[in-house]
Amino acid sequence: MKSGSEKVVAIVNRYGCSRDSLVSILQDIQSEYHYLSEEALRTVARQLGLPLIQVYGVATFFKAFSLKPRGEHMVSVCLGTACHVRGAPRVLDEVKRQLGIEPGKTSEDMQFSLESVNCLGACALGPIVVLDGKYHGQMSPGKVKKVLRK
Amino acid sequence: MRGSTKKLRTAVELEQLRARILSRRKPKKSWVSICGGTGCHAYRCEDVANALKKAIRQQELGKQVELQMTGCHGFCERGPLVVIYPERVFYQRVTSNDAPEIIAETVMKGNVIDRLLYVDPVSGKKARLESEVPFYKGQRRLVFGNNGVIDPTNIEDYIAIGGYSALSKVLFNMQPEEIIAEIRKAGLRGRGGGGFPTARKWEACRNAPSYDGIRYVICNADEGDPGAYMDRSLLEGNPHSVIEGMIIGAYAIGSHYGYVYVRHEYPLAVANLSIALEQARKYGLLGDDILGSSFDFDIKISRGGGAFICGESTALMASLEGKIGEPRPKHVHTVVSGLNGKPSNLNNVETWANVPLIINRGADWYSQIGTEGSKGTKIFSLVGKINNTGLVEVPMGITLREIIYDIGGGIPQGKKFKAIQTGGPSGGCLPESLIDLPVDFDRLTEAGSMMGSGGMIVMDEDTCMVDIARYFVKFLTEESCGKCVPCREGLDRMLDILTDITEGKGKEEDIELLEELGGVIKEASLCALGGTAPNPVLSTIRYFPDEYEAHVRERRCPAGVCKALITFNIDAEKCTGCGVCARECPQGAISGEKKKLHEIDRDKCIKCGLCRDSCKFEAITVS
Amino acid sequence: MIEIAIDGVKTRTPEGTTVLEAAREMGIIIPTLCYDPGLSPYGACRVCIVEVVKGNRSSLEASCTLPVEQEQVILTNSEKVRKARKLILELLLASCPNSKTLQDMASSMGVNKIRFKIKDRGCILCGLCVRYCKEQMKSGGIGFVSRGTSRMVGTAFEVTPEGCRNCGGCEWICPVCERACTAGYLLGGLCGGCQNLAPVETCLVCTGCSESVGSQGHKVY
Repeated sequence: MKSGSEKVVAIVNRYGCSRDSLVSILQDIQSEYHYLSEEALRTVARQLGLPLIQVYGVATFFKAFSLKPRGEHMVSVCLGTACHVRGAPRVLDEVKRQLGIEPGKTSEDMQFSLESVNCLGACALGPIVVLDGKYHGQMSPGKVKKVLRK
Repeated sequence: MRGSTKKLRTAVELEQLRARILSRRKPKKSWVSICGGTGCHAYRCEDVANALKKAIRQQELGKQVELQMTGCHGFCERGPLVVIYPERVFYQRVTSNDAPEIIAETVMKGNVIDRLLYVDPVSGKKARLESEVPFYKGQRRLVFGNNGVIDPTNIEDYIAIGGYSALSKVLFNMQPEEIIAEIRKAGLRGRGGGGFPTARKWEACRNAPSYDGIRYVICNADEGDPGAYMDRSLLEGNPHSVIEGMIIGAYAIGSHYGYVYVRHEYPLAVANLSIALEQARKYGLLGDDILGSSFDFDIKISRGGGAFICGESTALMASLEGKIGEPRPKHVHTVVSGLNGKPSNLNNVETWANVPLIINRGADWYSQIGTEGSKGTKIFSLVGKINNTGLVEVPMGITLREIIYDIGGGIPQGKKFKAIQTGGPSGGCLPESLIDLPVDFDRLTEAGSMMGSGGMIVMDEDTCMVDIARYFVKFLTEESCGKCVPCREGLDRMLDILTDITEGKGKEEDIELLEELGGVIKEASLCALGGTAPNPVLSTIRYFPDEYEAHVRERRCPAGVCKALITFNIDAEKCTGCGVCARECPQGAISGEKKKLHEIDRDKCIKCGLCRDSCKFEAITVS
Repeated sequence: MIEIAIDGVKTRTPEGTTVLEAAREMGIIIPTLCYDPGLSPYGACRVCIVEVVKGNRSSLEASCTLPVEQEQVILTNSEKVRKARKLILELLLASCPNSKTLQDMASSMGVNKIRFKIKDRGCILCGLCVRYCKEQMKSGGIGFVSRGTSRMVGTAFEVTPEGCRNCGGCEWICPVCERACTAGYLLGGLCGGCQNLAPVETCLVCTGCSESVGSQGHKVY
């Protein structure tokens, strides 16, 4: 995809084509395409003058990145300590049951991706489920169905 | 922002600007501040803010009333929060519908709206002003307090409250050695968890040889401890305090390049920090020739990617070099050889934010606060089973009891306090017997925990300590970089044993094995993640041995948490046969006739708890 | 020159030497797995740990990455060291049981039981192959991928790297490599040409592990 790699080059340049921003660059690519494609990673490695295996290693090291396309909707369940103490694991179980997938996976119809996060920093609202960037606080297993339907 | 944004070229120009800003802000104008922290955003504070703006417009009070969305106020449990100046009337749990009334009654007429006031759950007393709210009363909000009075996206707010005066003082009236001496006298210790004396670090970095003179100053904003969000709120709510601190530090150390490494999970912090950096540059407070002093220094933001290990200094620096976040041994300290092999000074967000305070008020004043070994205040995130969840700033030396009960308001639903976890996954759980422990670096470490970055998770009688230990070990197995054997394999096997115990498959030797394994992981791991990972397990075994024994010997979970060891029952006395639970049950495990006692089929029950949540008669119990 | 004491014997060694190197010069053998004198030290296996005594406190450090320091007091075989090293070997065997190197090392230390669940990763993640490819062959086609217990040595996108010269060095330097020869077949992106043609049948020196079963079906004790 010619236009694809042009966009990637633009992102790299936005950060001054500098190695200290490798993770930030990958973040932006991930936001744009919902995943890091092989093409994108090869372009980044080339532009930054880094060994491909190094960029690949970074892409697979950080939890934020996915090398496989993600679903339309991102469901994140916070499993931070405060949320855990308030019953987050049961909420996650219910979400898993409703979506039929494990954390880190995407549903068959590519509609939903599920991930668990280690603390979003909104502990007063725990347990929290974030759906497409919108925070849903004080979750309980009973509320999951309603939230997902939205 | 109004007025010209010409670069400030001298200290005098800064003061002149400050005076202009202050005179422009008519003290007579009524001012309403609404908390704009992430917690309040989740409570839809923007809707409330918009409603307030609309009300001001509709009541044609645009010239008399100013609305300001500020940084996090800290009382996250009760958001959205609205504070009306100059009295500082405090409203909590504000909704959009309350907006017109707030403007018409409180702002214009000074009448207080009763239903929006904070009511103490124990005494029933209503607090009218912010200072009367017990949550705030016990605090000493020297660093965090400014969050509530500035709009973080407006540098002039920060300048109005005295911002950048410390920088001015340092650039024109102090030598680098004097600055370091002042920080040393103040006794500032790192707020990120290590508690290392800040002045010593700065000095070592300043004195480390660098053939090309390059030194780095870095802010660790990779706040990874789950349950801790102080740094997030500081960066969102008062980014300039951190920037100013960093510039002062850079000047003292002799560095011209700065980084802020911030978690990608903090978009608002990244956004507000970016705005703040831009504005600081525009005003000549950052970049080349700061305030005409000929000192150059600039800061770049670098985002993390979801790796707790990148909060560790060498892993953070590896990430900044475009490599994976793998730590390295610290026999050669990072202040001597860090980022790109250059001397690098890494400090936590809160540490940097304390610097302008010390320079402005003086080390003598600062060292009066706190204890002998731990000076100043610390911001904690008080979360978990506590009534007043939020961010609290208290002087070092305050007891856990005061934090939990006086400020925190005690345990919800009248439950019994069981333990408080400090220091995140590197810390330990402290039981009731230690509740009068003064909070300070050394005391917490002696007790088997640590200060950490400031997370304080409160646990009650319904928390299973074995489950908590397992939770932390699981967290760390997911965050381990995997380089060294004790951490990668050791923690994984620790998790296996703890999982077995929580599933009722624990063996008699397991507890001893956990201790042995924990000891070796602590001693032999390459970095501090592995080095502190066994702490939650070891501290819970130390203080709650009976819970472990109950799980292993009796196959029983005293707190009623571990799924494999509990059964759900319907209380015959309370059940009304309404059938709600049967409908909720995803497995169809509950059966019963209308208005007759219902029954749970143990074989089908998956212990999800949906039935207990839906029962209005509290008829479903766990044993 | 720096003066240190190893196991009670004083020695002088140039600044910049590691404790492991200094010990070897004295003829003291400290076991290692991820160390190779021709490659940069890594400090991942933790087998080479020694006790560093400072006053009435001591700590364990990996000697391959520990620089010598004036008046350092080092113990290479104290009880603390032995206990820790044994447990580390147990963990290594629990994650890579079919390795003669590990079995030999373990039995020489008196490890005769593995108390942990066996999860054969087939690799101890010592990184020798990665460093060999990068530092010796200047190719750098293989590296670490993912993290934690999912961490493994691999290539980008699981294909043979462009710079790979089929030197076989990665397989040659591997301390635990027991893969059956798969010449001509890409196994996880690494080229064929495995040097180890005979998989281990039985262990000549036992470790007493009750769960590990050798390829001939013998119980490996």
